[in-house]
Formats: sequence, structure tokens, C-alpha cells
Amino acid sequence: MSLRRPAKDQPEIFEFNSSSLEEAHKIVSKYPKGKQQSAVMALLYIAQKQNENWIPLAAMKYIAKFLNMPYIKVYEVATFYTMYNLSPVGKYFVQVCTTTPCMIRGANHLVEACKEKISENENQLSDDKSCSWMEVECLGACVNAPMMQINDDYFEDLDKEKTIEIFEKILKGETPKPGSYRGRLNTEPENNRKTLMDIKNA
Amino acid sequence: MLKDQDRIFKNLYNDMGTDVAAAQARGDWVKTSDLTVKGRDWIINEVKDSQLRGRGGAGFPTGLKWSFAPKDVGSRPHYLVINADESEPGTCKDRDILRFEPHKLIEGCLIASYAVQAHVCYIYIRGEYFIEGQKLQAAIDEAYEKKLLGKNAAGTEWDLDIYIHYGAGAYICGEETALLESIEGKKGQPRLKPPFPALIGLYGCPTIINNVETIAVVPTILRRGGKWFSSLGREKNTGTKIFCISGNVNNPCNVEEEMNIPLKDLIEVHAGGVIGGWENLQAVIPGGSSMPLIPKEKCETLKMDFDSLMAEKSGLGTAGIVVINKDQDIIKCMARIARFYKHESCGQCTPCREGSGWMWRMLERMAKGDATKDEVAMLGDVTNQIAGHTICAFGEGSSWPVQGLLRHFKKEIEERNNLDPIVQKKNNIPYLVDQHLLDKKNA
Repeated sequence: MSLRRPAKDQPEIFEFNSSSLEEAHKIVSKYPKGKQQSAVMALLYIAQKQNENWIPLAAMKYIAKFLNMPYIKVYEVATFYTMYNLSPVGKYFVQVCTTTPCMIRGANHLVEACKEKISENENQLSDDKSCSWMEVECLGACVNAPMMQINDDYFEDLDKEKTIEIFEKILKGETPKPGSYRGRLNTEPENNRKTLMDIKNA
Repeated sequence: MLKDQDRIFKNLYNDMGTDVAAAQARGDWVKTSDLTVKGRDWIINEVKDSQLRGRGGAGFPTGLKWSFAPKDVGSRPHYLVINADESEPGTCKDRDILRFEPHKLIEGCLIASYAVQAHVCYIYIRGEYFIEGQKLQAAIDEAYEKKLLGKNAAGTEWDLDIYIHYGAGAYICGEETALLESIEGKKGQPRLKPPFPALIGLYGCPTIINNVETIAVVPTILRRGGKWFSSLGREKNTGTKIFCISGNVNNPCNVEEEMNIPLKDLIEVHAGGVIGGWENLQAVIPGGSSMPLIPKEKCETLKMDFDSLMAEKSGLGTAGIVVINKDQDIIKCMARIARFYKHESCGQCTPCREGSGWMWRMLERMAKGDATKDEVAMLGDVTNQIAGHTICAFGEGSSWPVQGLLRHFKKEIEERNNLDPIVQKKNNIPYLVDQHLLDKKNA
């Protein structure tokens, strides 16, 4: 199990803004009547998106009222799932996969790059407060290892130099291109494709 | 090698585009109503004939699972739930289906929903696959627009709504009952079985849960016939399968191949061989991190299907093959997998919550050579105390890889760790409460 604690400094109040509210109502309508509790995970995402990528306790209380469920049940969900950030993270949130398939392809070099370019420790903001990084468990892109996720995008087939290039771009405020950084097509065997050649050449 | 015309996922690498028109050109959504008009029993029998086994890891016969759904809809509605919570280290096949073959999945959902009489289908996607989820949502929106979903979907006179539910980074939600808990808005902690979800599942209603790949191959099976599917592979291990080959190979890739293909072919032909040559191979994890590893000697002749791997005391699992060559420290690799399980244990059952941490800490010490002689046997004991003593299969999943390491690489561990035990037998310590245990011969 992973230990997760909410941040020390918490804002007093939290409320959905109008676009979040609209989105929240749309999500609640996906579930049967009386089962609105199902929407709690999606609503926590909406709160996280609205509140600069982290969820304050006030948001959990607000969602509990919104869905007419006990606050502790929302707290339980928010602390159980690891993708809910309970304390502030950078605007660019870097997650490096270090599970075995990435590890044996050299994920430690990506971690080195994070330490050099972003911050010495995990979950510590960079000097300009725009970035933070952490090691995570398998992100499910094992044939494109080593890889990392920045916010929603996957960056694949990396090495240390390419990782540093990406970080330099985001620190300058540019948006790097997601996908493979060796120029291969998705998950095909690089320069060694033996299947569906007619379609490829069509 | 499987012939191209027998491949189900022709757009595995996205050569052709993913919209409805491109999907129709590949044969999806072509007269879907011709399939459903033949009736539920025909569909379920055809899937049974194909001997399709679930692609999510357990390998349960799909046709049989569908036949567990109640024949008549009572006061409780039926649900179909698609498990796209792909988090097993070494596995990335569902991701490609979600983003490049979404219409195979959606059409499969329609046919499966019709077969088990569900009007609502939830697709549970892991939270990290947000982009893939968006691509699937775009495909679902297009399907609604073209009247392939919603009321009288694709002219089948069956109403179906599909909704996406995102997870939030919990591996355990890939377990079917934990997944249901998660959709209900609770912590993803598995339920006791029985009752099985086919009778009491989502919101207490009959629910059929299938993996993405299982559902996505169903339309093709029905179009080409169960006989065609079962002619590939071998008895009870039929059809095609997407293999993910990662780790120390020259060209890591996803590839669709026939079941029962030799492992050596997959590695040498498709993945461009082991880095440093075949002789440099150390071990292979054949089916995602939960499956015990297989040493090089056995890899020479190993066939990749459910029953052949079972005979080697491993399993096909999700067919995520992780190749480990001799440049890697095998104990360290397994210690990292143990850390994964320690992180992902849901904490419900004590043997798993505590034991997964013990295994990780012991393996970390063993990788450094800081463990004592007796700890090797102790580690084996710990794995046996976890497997079979938990609510869900996570207990087995976390202890099997460690058992595999002990089975095949015990010598390496013992060579590195030969410190004397901290507590010596037969030394008379007056204040030691457990002295009577030490005095026993077999203690």
C-alpha cells in the first residue's frame, strides 16, 4: 500500500466553477438514478483540474455534498487512488515509469535527468515552481520503454539526452511533441517489421 | 508465421486511420444486424465453438462466461463491463486496441450486450490512458452520430449506451470485483466470491466482465465462424493473440500472432533477437509480471499458449513477454517487481498487505548480499503464506514471481547471501521467550 497524506496548507473554501459544474452534471447523468456516488472519481478529477492539479480537503467536502454522500467516503477514495494529488504539484507534472520492463531499458537515466533538470528530490518543485517529478509504477507502454508521462501525454523510447531536451522545452514554456522519440510508428518493431507490409506500403 | 489475412487487428500500428469509414473498409460494422438476427444462442454457441479464452490473464472460456448470465431479465437490469484497466507490467496490448481499433471494441460491445441482454455498457479505462480514452470517446461519439449506438443500434433493434469510466492509478482495479467497487464510487477492494458478478455484480445486478481484447475479437469470430478461429493454434488454446515483447530485445514491439507459437520465433523473428545474442538470454517472464519467470534452457522449445506454460509452472497471463538478458541482475529485477506489488496491494487482507512488503525488503537485501543463509528458505515460506490466503488473486500474483525466482535462481541467491543466521540454534539465552522453539530439531 502507498502512504498518502493531504497537504498541510489547505484553502478554506472550494467550489466548482460554471464549466466544471456543467461537466459534473453531465457525468452524474451517466449513472443510474440513486447511484450518483459512482461519479465521485470523475468529480475528483474535475476538482483536480480546476485547482491547479491537486485536490484540497475543501473540494472533497464540496463533492460529498454535491453527491449526497458521507465526506469520509470521498476522503477514502481520494486517498486510495494514487492519481489524485493531495498536495500541490508543478504545472508540468512529470511521472517516470521505473517498473522492471522500463528499469532494464535504463529508466534510471531518466530519473538522473529529472534530478539534474527539475529538482533533487521527488515531489519537490523546480526553482521556477513550474515542474515536479516522481517515480511511478508501470504506465502500460512497456514496448516503448523507457518512457514518462507529462500531464496527460506519453513520451516514449527515451534516453537521457532526449529527456533533458524535453525538460528544457517545458522549462521554457514550450510544448514538446508526445509519442516515440526514436521516430518509430507507435508499437511496430523498429526497422524490423514483417507483418501487414501491404498495408504499410499502400 | 500467421498469414496477414488471418490477422484480426489490421490497424495495430495505425497505418489506416481509426474512423468509422476506415473501420468499415477493414470489415467492421458491415451488416452487424445479420449477426444479431441469428439470435443469442447462435452467438454464444459460435463463441463456444471458437474456444475463445479470456485475454485478460485468467483464460476463462468466454462463451461459458456469457452463458452464466440469467436467461430472462428480471427486475434488475443486466450490465456489460469492459476491463481496460491494463496495468500489468509488461503488457500494453489494450492500449493499441483503444486508440487504433476502437470500432472493433465498440461493435464487440454491441454484440456482447445483445448476447447477455445488457442495455448499458461501462468501459473502465485506467486513468493514465487519458489520451486513449479520449480517442475511444471520439469513436463512441461518431458511432452515436452514425446510429451505430443508442436506440436501435446499427439496425439490430437493440438499444445500447456505452459510457467510459476512468480509473485513477490502482492496479488492483483490474481485478473484476475491485473494478465493480470502483465503478460504484468506492475504494477498489475486491469482493468475496461467490456470489459471482454474473449473478450479483455492478449495483447488485447481473454483470458480465470481459477484457478489451476478448470483446474486440468477437465480431471477427462471428463473421468468419468459430471453426476458423479454432483452426488456429491448438485444441483449447485457439485463435490469435497480441503479444507484447519488451525488455532486452533489439526491436521491442506488439505483434499479433497465432497461439502456440514458439517463444523463440517471437523473440528472434519479430523482436529482432535478444540484445547480445540468444546466448546472452538469462530468463523470460512470459505473461506479465505476475507469472513466474522461465530460465533460458526452457525458452529454447517453449510454446506460447495457456496449457503449455501451465505445464512449465508458469502461465500465459496477458502475454506480456519481458526478456531479461545476462547484463541484468535477476534478483534486482524481481525485487523491483516485488516493490510494485508492495505499492499496489489494496490493504484489505493482512497476508498480502504485510507479506508483499516483507518480500520486497528481503529481496532488496538479497540483491545487495545482505541477507543471511536461512532467509532464502524463509522467503519461500512467506510466499506460501500469501498465495491462497487472500480474497483475490493478487496474493498469487505477487508471490508467484518470487517463487519462480526461488525455483530457478536459488543458487545465485545463495551464492550472494551466505551470512550466518542472526539467531544461532542451540545457544542458550535465558531471557529468550522462544527458546523452546530453538531447542526443537526442526525449528
